[in-house]
Amino acid sequence: MSALSVSLRLILSGDPDLWEIILLSLRVSLFAVLIAALIGMPLGAALAVGRFPGRQVLLVLLNALMGLPPVVVGLVVYLMLSNAGPLGVLQLLYTPTAMIIAQVLLVTPIIAALTRQAVETLNEEYADQLRSLGLSRLGSVPTLLWDGRFALMTALLAGFGRAIAEVGAVIIVGGNINHVTRVMTTTIALETSKGNLSLALALGLILILIALSVNAAVALLGTTAQRTAYV
Amino acid sequence: MFDGKGNGRVQAQSLPLRLRDLRFERGGQRLLDIPALSIAPGEPTLIMGPNGAGKSVLLRLLHGLEAPTSGQVLAGDAPLDEATRRRQAMVFQRPVILRRSVRANLAFALHGRRMSRAEKADRIDALLRMARLSDRAAQSGRSLSGGEQQRLALVRALATEPDVLFLDEPTASLDPGATQAIETLIREASATGTKIVMVTHDPGQARRLGGEVLFLNKGHLVEQTAVEPFLDTPATDAARRFLRGDLLV
Repeated sequence: MSALSVSLRLILSGDPDLWEIILLSLRVSLFAVLIAALIGMPLGAALAVGRFPGRQVLLVLLNALMGLPPVVVGLVVYLMLSNAGPLGVLQLLYTPTAMIIAQVLLVTPIIAALTRQAVETLNEEYADQLRSLGLSRLGSVPTLLWDGRFALMTALLAGFGRAIAEVGAVIIVGGNINHVTRVMTTTIALETSKGNLSLALALGLILILIALSVNAAVALLGTTAQRTAYV
Repeated sequence: MFDGKGNGRVQAQSLPLRLRDLRFERGGQRLLDIPALSIAPGEPTLIMGPNGAGKSVLLRLLHGLEAPTSGQVLAGDAPLDEATRRRQAMVFQRPVILRRSVRANLAFALHGRRMSRAEKADRIDALLRMARLSDRAAQSGRSLSGGEQQRLALVRALATEPDVLFLDEPTASLDPGATQAIETLIREASATGTKIVMVTHDPGQARRLGGEVLFLNKGHLVEQTAVEPFLDTPATDAARRFLRGDLLV
């Protein structure tokens, strides 16, 4: 109980170390989701509307990649970015950029697969009409993405949830260095192992609060869209 | 909105629409088998027949949404191609309204057209007036009633002033008032030179719209004749039984 009260005090007092960790976590995860969305959404939409040999194999692969073990991704990124690796010259290991790369690899398949699902459903309704209006299959992708925007918010949310809660990959490629790569999840793991439960609990509470806020925002957006008939 | 060019707008490239030795099969089943058909410019062409006769498939083939298993669809003297398709439009039985405002639905149809922003705005305003939706322009198209959605879909199809407008039972699920509004729009479009090719189940609607009837049964073209004689003195037993309300099994 005392750990909980200390953690609440930490949050309410605006502890600078705590906020540094929170802001870095948000920065890394939001960047990762943004990049993953730029890759995953057009990819998912193209897979939804495209008809080409090997599409089925790609779909199976994409669904399989959704379940990538984070530590394996972390290990692969580590091997690529370490001094002996092919990208070692970039000196990115143990930087927030390395953590973003790892999270992009984990989040892109999720966003792409969920986008594929949402766009495919919408395309069943739209395909004939868009073709009638003169759009090709690929030419209809921007329209499908825009008109599916509320459904795609769920894909972004799922991606952000995966990124912000991720610990295995970022601890390998980030190293959990204080004031450099320490994020909420890695700090919780470290502080718990040290027995400093108040900081771990404070970060845990913030993490839950972020998850709830994002979910509430998306739910509100969805309800508004439904009410105004935009879905 | 329409320039009143009338039939002058109907170019040889778009019309007549012709089928030559056309067969369409799906899942090993022959759904349509029409050795020859010509749809000329002018009054509406109404496609009638019992369920499963191949009416919607014929419309989709004429609009290039389906490719024939064998044979050809010709627009003018040339096979139907993408350029000719762009001068056609289609309205479906269940209107497909984009998830955006009424105005944006109309703007979508004009996207990529060589028009200034002001010209586009004027065109959209004219279409809104035509559909009697001016006061609903800013609201979501999907919040409109069924009849209003169909009016929106219809004027959106007319936005680009197509040479040919295909309509697949556009009033099938509408009340009489909404049906009347749609028929008025169809007559206006026809009067300004857009060729109407429409599937309908309703003999009364066929009589109101006039023109010619293509009567299909079991994938075959059974009759092609003017509306009045078709309804009053059908030449074939199948058409007589259809008009009497018999089930053609």
